[in-house]
Amino acid sequence: MKQYWKRNIRTLLILLAVWFIVSFGFGILLVEPLNAIKIGGYKLGFWFAQQGSIFSFVILIFVYVYRMNKLDEEFDVNEK
Amino acid sequence: MEILTWTYILVGLSFALYIGIAIYTRAGSTKEFYTAGGGVSPLANGMATAADWMSAASFISMAGIIAFSGYDGSVYLMGWTGGYVLLALLLAPYLRKFGKFTVPDFVGDRYYSNKARVVAVFCALFISFTYVAGQMRGVGIVFSRYLEVDIETGVLIGMTIVFFYAVLGGMKGITYTQVAQYCVLIFAFMVPAIFISIQLTGNPIPQLGLGGTVQDGTYLLDKLDGVLLDMGFQEYTSGRKSMADIFAITLALMVGTAGLPHVIVRFFTVPRVKDARLSAGYALIFIAILYTTAPAIAAFGIYNAIETVADKSVDELPVWVENWEKTNLIVVEDINKDGIVQYTPNPETNELRIDKDIMVLAAPEIAKLPNWVVGLVAAGGMAAALSTAAGLLLVISTSVSRDLFRTFVPSMTEKTELIIARVSAAFAVIIAGYFGINPPGFVAEVVAFAFGLAAASFFPVIIMGIFSTRMNKEGAISGMISGLAFTLAYITYFKFISPESNSMDNWLFGISPEGIGTIGMVINFVVCYVVSKLTPAPPADVQAMIQEIRIPRGAGEAQEH
Repeated sequence: MKQYWKRNIRTLLILLAVWFIVSFGFGILLVEPLNAIKIGGYKLGFWFAQQGSIFSFVILIFVYVYRMNKLDEEFDVNEK
Repeated sequence: MEILTWTYILVGLSFALYIGIAIYTRAGSTKEFYTAGGGVSPLANGMATAADWMSAASFISMAGIIAFSGYDGSVYLMGWTGGYVLLALLLAPYLRKFGKFTVPDFVGDRYYSNKARVVAVFCALFISFTYVAGQMRGVGIVFSRYLEVDIETGVLIGMTIVFFYAVLGGMKGITYTQVAQYCVLIFAFMVPAIFISIQLTGNPIPQLGLGGTVQDGTYLLDKLDGVLLDMGFQEYTSGRKSMADIFAITLALMVGTAGLPHVIVRFFTVPRVKDARLSAGYALIFIAILYTTAPAIAAFGIYNAIETVADKSVDELPVWVENWEKTNLIVVEDINKDGIVQYTPNPETNELRIDKDIMVLAAPEIAKLPNWVVGLVAAGGMAAALSTAAGLLLVISTSVSRDLFRTFVPSMTEKTELIIARVSAAFAVIIAGYFGINPPGFVAEVVAFAFGLAAASFFPVIIMGIFSTRMNKEGAISGMISGLAFTLAYITYFKFISPESNSMDNWLFGISPEGIGTIGMVINFVVCYVVSKLTPAPPADVQAMIQEIRIPRGAGEAQEH
């Protein structure tokens, strides 16, 4: 079970790193440099702050669900 | 038909629906009252969570706040959605596996201490009451604005409805009512947004419209930036707040979201651990639909207002402006008597004052949509306010009956406990209604701080409770108290004791009271870590319990309904 928990923590850390980068990274800390890039009418930093980060959050949770379901099965701790 | 007739019909129909659902799904046991028997499907729970979460403020005010703050408004968008990632990854699955009914339940059991439980109950009650008072006020305002009754009558009607399904239905009734309320509110929010987006940018998807072009071929956001700069305002896509403050506020809102008891308890209602994870994902999809549309409504609204009103002749304003002038939500005053409306950042020469709520409320009229859409938006606003109020009231009643009465009178029968839960829900409705009618001046201020308090109190001790086997009761109690005390003191100082010094120069690290929960959270983490190192490890059975909640299998005991 130690192994299961370790793998779980690793998944968490990777996903939380992405969570941090898309919101606090792209949306706040790097917003100025990213605003120099434009996609359609959106400045990229502004887009991450008001749209992109939210879409990323949704994707992150579903990646987590998928990864954890696989992990649960692998270690035979899944629910029937 | 008249707007008022449509409003009565649509609001009336939606209320009949909620009450019908409440009667059909009323709770028969404490388990059903507290957690809907643990048998709600992840999809239904996701919708219910979304409705629970999105309050009158999200529905009515948020787009307006963004419209007037541009990039700075991003703190709410990221802050009130990013918390779900934390919930899904760090809290929901483990708390579901833990399998009790409330957040103080977890804190009390995990920290093997009734003292910790009582501190947690106090935090939960404090957070929920400040929050619910604001919701009741919201119910009253929506009622008075649309049904043309006074705010007091509005609050009373709202109280009666909430009373009905929260007291009767418990969590089971609330869950299925919230599913219906979500459908009503999202439909009401999207219809005007889609039509305005088509009118302005030719694109029916508001999220794309926001990045699209307006009639003369320039990009909407570029044009908005230019127009605002010309009039002496800040660019729409850049902010006024310092980066440190934006960072702190966003983090405090995210962590606060994950620490709010009425959101956390929703994940006790699904059958399995994997459902709790999935359900958080569904909840965030449903929330994201509104939260990615709101910034589009914001930019469309402020653009429309400037294009059709600013620098135009006072006598030739559009019809919607005249209609909403009656409510004082928009005020045009020709100060320099030149017959032209000047819109400037200087309050002495500015001739156009727009209330933030108008961006959503007047949207159907700006888009020249038929009258029934206005009634629909009214029903949507009511759904948003009622669903959140009901969720909060349930936390309050559960805290009293389960965490206080049950803990200290363990011999109580289930039937008595259910009666106590219903009576305390009834009391909570009355107290909340009282604050809705006689709002203490600080309610609006305090609601935003409920997040800071949740961030500084609950979040760290729950996280440590799951991810550290070494964390003990001494650490948790001192952490919760120090985090809460610091945050409360900072907010009280700048908001109530010395409001005149509430400016960036005096703030700690340049962080405003809105964002200070972030620092409170750090203090909580540090204090509980240090104190736990200096005191004995938790007993073996608690350590075994922690190992147990980390593994999904065996959450069981769900019931179908």
